[in-house]
Amino acid sequence: MSRIKRTFSSLQEQGKQALIAYLVAGVPNVESTVSLMHLMIDKGVDILELGVAFSDPMSEGPLIQKAHEKALTNNVTIKEVLYIVKKFRKKDNHTPVVLMGYTNPFEAMGVDKFCSRAAAVGIDGLLLVDMPFEESSEFYKAATSRNIDIIRLVAPTTNKARVKEICLNATGYIYYISLKGITGAASFNPRDVKEKVKTLKRSTNLPIAIGFGIKNGAMVRKIRNVADGVVVGSALVEIISGKKNRIKRDLSNKLNELVSAL
Amino acid sequence: MVKKNILPNKQGRFGKYGGRFVAETLVPALEDLSKEYYKVKTNKDFKKEIDNDLKHFVGRPSPLDFAKRWTKKLGGAQIYLKREDLNHTGAHKINNTVGQILLAKRMKKSRVIAETGAGQHGVATATVAARHGLECVVYMGEEDIKRQSLNVFRMKLLGAKVVPVSSGSKTLKDAMNEAMRDWVTNVDSTYYIIGSVAGPHPYPEIVRDFNSVVGREVQAQSKKLFKKDPDLLVACVGGGSNAMGLFYPFLNKKKVKLIGVEAGGLGLSTGKHAAPLNAGSEGVLHGMRTYLMQDKGGQILETHSISAGLDYPGVGPEHSWLKDSGRAQYVVAKDNEALRAFKELTVVEGIMPALETSHALAYVRKIAPKMKKNKIIVVNISGRGDKDIDAVAKIEGIKL
Repeated sequence: MSRIKRTFSSLQEQGKQALIAYLVAGVPNVESTVSLMHLMIDKGVDILELGVAFSDPMSEGPLIQKAHEKALTNNVTIKEVLYIVKKFRKKDNHTPVVLMGYTNPFEAMGVDKFCSRAAAVGIDGLLLVDMPFEESSEFYKAATSRNIDIIRLVAPTTNKARVKEICLNATGYIYYISLKGITGAASFNPRDVKEKVKTLKRSTNLPIAIGFGIKNGAMVRKIRNVADGVVVGSALVEIISGKKNRIKRDLSNKLNELVSAL
Repeated sequence: MVKKNILPNKQGRFGKYGGRFVAETLVPALEDLSKEYYKVKTNKDFKKEIDNDLKHFVGRPSPLDFAKRWTKKLGGAQIYLKREDLNHTGAHKINNTVGQILLAKRMKKSRVIAETGAGQHGVATATVAARHGLECVVYMGEEDIKRQSLNVFRMKLLGAKVVPVSSGSKTLKDAMNEAMRDWVTNVDSTYYIIGSVAGPHPYPEIVRDFNSVVGREVQAQSKKLFKKDPDLLVACVGGGSNAMGLFYPFLNKKKVKLIGVEAGGLGLSTGKHAAPLNAGSEGVLHGMRTYLMQDKGGQILETHSISAGLDYPGVGPEHSWLKDSGRAQYVVAKDNEALRAFKELTVVEGIMPALETSHALAYVRKIAPKMKKNKIIVVNISGRGDKDIDAVAKIEGIKL
């Protein structure tokens, strides 16, 4: 059983939802990314989404854009990200790690080469923001044949027919985008989200995670028990991009707040 | 073989190029746009409406003007200038915006957004938005705002909001990222008017079709003037809309040679240029698969060009396809060569071209003397140079 599947089913047995944390690999630097990943797990994070920096992150809000720029200044790209996961796996062999990024850097390495290396270091899933299912047959084949899940996005604008197609072409879990907008955007309407996720559940047996614009415990509470997991990104990236001596403390506090809200 | 009206295919691909690489939120909006566009593409009333605007608002057809003194000076092929600089707002960009604003209205959008580099597409968008009474927001890199202050003020006078973009290289590519972010946020109310034959499907097709009025006119004018097609068509290529507009109606006419001129900047060997077709490689950016300037790790490189309108690391996917298929050739002109051509056309013909256009002219300067006197070159004067006067003065060390 894959790490992602095992994580969701064990949480489901306990009647719990997954807390999925996003951070940009290489911010503030390679070594601290590894230790921050461990810290996140210690504080109750269930799945890690590791952002792979791209020069043109079209779907990101200002906070995550800056983190991408910072990672690139540190020369952190896919090779370094693979190293980060390899290092993380030395101490943690059960937490799912999903890479999230944009198509071009992955293709630059070569689809097959990337997928075989990713499988070797223990990466569990791949979420390419700018690659809808119509464009991804090569990635899908190369990844799923190595037991790497292809995580797909469903948006508020996605119609029923597309939802079906997307679910047929997805593995691992479905990432539901809570709002029309970019990461870290202002707010979402909990009622709309509930409604959409309800219909989404009819099309898939995969777990569903909700992301975009979820910043604090209060927002987590508003969508508690709607889906199988929540993704928090910008709020964590903001802390990790802040003053170095406060990262661990602030991150711990924030994760305590999020975990207690779930 | 390139067959007219067949490309792109249903997935928006030109061979392996093109496609639709965007976040899921935008896919339905692009599907809606495709549906609407294919509905009107062959619709007579829609065509009539556009033709009317092109004639009375833009001032088409634009002349095909014989460059008598320049031809004599260069001493080779006869050079004809397709005068897109004479269009309303001073460039070919308006051909596209008059069409897309009608699509926006048909789709009941109250707000249009655009990205701009040199500011010509921003001005062309602000202009049609004013004419149709739609709210308009234009994204422009901070670097370009400095280089093209005149156009920034023009857009503001036209009632548009100009939003400076300070991320990345602060030029056209970053403006496009920011426009995409706006679109994904306001997708219900907003129509995104992309200004080049770039971006996700169906934009490369839409922008090409609206600009191909240029090539169709050249075809008709050539028939009248020289009873045959031109031998060579030359146009500058940034994203590539003026080149695509000129080339497209001639794709099946194998005898007509097609040359696109990219921005060679300080020279290809310096890395400071904007010539993805000449020195780039295949990749995915801004919703399309195409030639890009990128490093080994797939990160997009910063570009350099004297002209803001060519300062872009990608190129329309149809150009990538035309390059690979061999139907068109792509060369480069450096900053200093473009500047020399800019000055030469100005003093010899009394026509001040845009710095973008000057890249095409720089190639004509090189090739015309090598061609026989009975050969005919048509070069697209894609825009006028008024917007560049500040930039040129600065290069010359002159304070205005």
